[in-house]
Amino acid sequence: MRREIRIGGFGGQGILMAGVIIGKAASLFDNNEAVQTQSYGPEARGGASKCEVVISDHEIDYPKVQNLDIFVAMSNEALIKYIGDLRDNGTLIVDPGTTDIEDVRDHIEAHNITVFEAPAGKIAAEDIGLLIVANIVMVGAITKFTEIITPDAAKEAILDSVPPGTEDKNIAAFEAGYSL
Amino acid sequence: MTEELFIQGNEACAKGALKAGCRLFAGYPITPSTEVAETLAKELPKVGGSFIQMEDEIASAGAIIGSSWGGTKSMTATSGPGFSLMQENIGYAFITETPIVIVDVQRGSPSTGQPTMAAQGDIMQARWGSHGDYEPIVLSPSSVQEYFDFTVRAFNLAEKYRTPVFVMSDEVVGHMREKVIIRDDLEIIPRVKPESSENYLPFRNVKNGTNPMPAFGQGFDIHVTGLTHDERGYPDTDDPKTHETLVKRICDKILNNKDDICDIVAEDTENADIVVISYGAPVRSMITAVKNAQAEGKKVGYIKINTPWPFPDEQIYELTKSASDVIVIEMNLGQLYYEIDRVVKCHANTHLIDKIGGLLPTPNEILAKIEDVGGN
Amino acid sequence: MEQESPNKFLPYMRKDRLPHIFCTGCGNGTIISAFLKGMQKAEMDFENIAMVSGIGCSSRIPGYMECDSLHTTHGRALSFATGLKVSNPDLDVVVFSGDGDAASIGGNHLIHAARKNIDLTVICINNNIYGMTGGQISPTSPKGSIGTTAPYGTDDYPFKLAELVAAAGATYSARWTTVQIDNLVGSIKKALKNPGFSFVEVASQCPTYFGRKNKLRTPTAMAVTMKMNTVFKSEADRMREKDLEGKIIVGEFADKQRPDYTDNIQKLSEAKSGGKTLRYSAYMDDI
Repeated sequence: MRREIRIGGFGGQGILMAGVIIGKAASLFDNNEAVQTQSYGPEARGGASKCEVVISDHEIDYPKVQNLDIFVAMSNEALIKYIGDLRDNGTLIVDPGTTDIEDVRDHIEAHNITVFEAPAGKIAAEDIGLLIVANIVMVGAITKFTEIITPDAAKEAILDSVPPGTEDKNIAAFEAGYSL
Repeated sequence: MTEELFIQGNEACAKGALKAGCRLFAGYPITPSTEVAETLAKELPKVGGSFIQMEDEIASAGAIIGSSWGGTKSMTATSGPGFSLMQENIGYAFITETPIVIVDVQRGSPSTGQPTMAAQGDIMQARWGSHGDYEPIVLSPSSVQEYFDFTVRAFNLAEKYRTPVFVMSDEVVGHMREKVIIRDDLEIIPRVKPESSENYLPFRNVKNGTNPMPAFGQGFDIHVTGLTHDERGYPDTDDPKTHETLVKRICDKILNNKDDICDIVAEDTENADIVVISYGAPVRSMITAVKNAQAEGKKVGYIKINTPWPFPDEQIYELTKSASDVIVIEMNLGQLYYEIDRVVKCHANTHLIDKIGGLLPTPNEILAKIEDVGGN
Repeated sequence: MEQESPNKFLPYMRKDRLPHIFCTGCGNGTIISAFLKGMQKAEMDFENIAMVSGIGCSSRIPGYMECDSLHTTHGRALSFATGLKVSNPDLDVVVFSGDGDAASIGGNHLIHAARKNIDLTVICINNNIYGMTGGQISPTSPKGSIGTTAPYGTDDYPFKLAELVAAAGATYSARWTTVQIDNLVGSIKKALKNPGFSFVEVASQCPTYFGRKNKLRTPTAMAVTMKMNTVFKSEADRMREKDLEGKIIVGEFADKQRPDYTDNIQKLSEAKSGGKTLRYSAYMDDI
């Protein structure tokens, strides 16, 4: 089965890293196929940012999103910009600290979208003590709510991706998101 | 040890180069190719190699040609604007039969165009960009694995035929991440040194066209020039025969070996009413669209061209024989389309999906064209 | 050698390529002799020399020498030479160039090679004109001089190459003329021995084009004029700019030490790889 996920936010939130971890977990550790792509703007920093991962148990031909199954919004700008791409009955995960779900309430109801709230920024800052790992908290939440990757694969991919010396904090961040 | 990695296309290209024995990279920063340079800047010193950042792309092409004559497999990576600047030295590499690999990660063009968006507007430039007659070998990957594999093959072909080879990728394949399997038992073709400097002619008119190649400093005292030269390498610019012999040999050594060089993949082309043809990144959209059309009961097949140049005309002719219609997909306004049209127009109508603007054509756009064309 | 050579430098030449294409009275022959003399004085191993050149009369010199020689595209010799030198740092790489080749089309490569201080020796033969294409004005043509593309005399300000290259960071830069052979040989010797970017500009005569166009019809007339216009750097330093117009300032413009580019690259490579090398790596099948 083919599943498509998009993570949207702004530059500097680690959106790309979250997508790479999901793709790596799926392809190297869950033995599925995965393609990760991202959009590049001219800005070096800041600005809207999105990252997409397509995961399938079959070979993936078209590598981009066709029918978005899961949308993770880490900024309100991204939420408003991309909510329209999410398919009917799709899954929306938002960080309530950086988004206002009321802005898209009508759309959610009209398209029967399932919503999960993951306060990734708050957990990262308060429980882990490191706001920068909010993206990893979100990977934990995505893993839990969507089962798009397995938690073991996710943790292996995190250990394979994060800078040496930061493994414990990142695994703690993942566990915090996964226990939501 | 076989390695499995989840990496960007441009990183896979760099890893392919290292695996193939590339030990010098000279380049100039340009989006969307920079990851090739950045990866090699980090990795080349670890294997005893050298990374040099040059003042521009003209110098980058010059440096890798000089380095190749120094006895090192060498490459550069760029995008359209840089590829344009390299063209004169590319011609030099052809006439001096210097093995080099140039990667062009294509972006929206002409001119500065769309630095962060994908295109295939340089595919004719790869064929005809420098002045004069020559036969380039061009490989066009459509996945991260192919980007790795084709880069290895590019070095092998460069050495085997003593010629420049281009890897024409694009922003999509350059930046997307997929799994790459790096096998340990890859065939790597080393350069062949002439047996002895006695009676050695670096540009001999040999039957298969390709001479062994010494490096500077090995005692062969050879002269290499971009002027028309005789078998010794000495300038001989006013004898028509010398020029004809040289240029024909350089072209024929590629054209006479098309069976070895050309690489295409064909699926379900026998008995197909419609054959869809593409190369590079749009192949991914094409395959999805063809599968969807087949699910609708349409007799559709596809051809994926891995080597746009030398153009695999005979295979394409044979594989489209049953079709009434051929659809070509390119991320330009029609370049390889005319080459395909030349080959198939005696038996099929040709149609073009010309997608510019930076995004891959979608499977639905292609499916709509297949439905529109109908077939038979 | 089987017999006494009529010219002591003939053994360094590709005899099967002679006679050469240079015009009667051209400075290239004098400069080849000075180069070989400087090379002998520097006790260089000719077998280890590789020559690189671009396009132009002076760039034809390497083709007559019995050594590995790369005759490249117009203006780009230094980029090819950079790749060659980094690819095989053991080679002594010498670049022959002219004023149009090095300073016009190749100007950017020139200043960057100097900035990098890459261990190359450049002999730049400055005859103030494009000779091979038939006498067009060059970026070093003196103000007022006549060329086929400046039939009324050029108003452009000429480049001072040796000074330019010194300012760009070369560790050795000098200028002499074809009538100061001993100084020229001395500078070529120093340039070859200097472990960094070395630039020797030689003001030379092109009687065929520059001479004919500028009322200096014989090589002798050109040599005499050149000698008359020569001012030593020490003297020029005390003169006013106005008085130096049209003069050829000779002497050394840089002679210092600074780490060489190739050496830096090699050290990094050796440190990161544990002593591996790229030398002749293209020929290895188990790399």
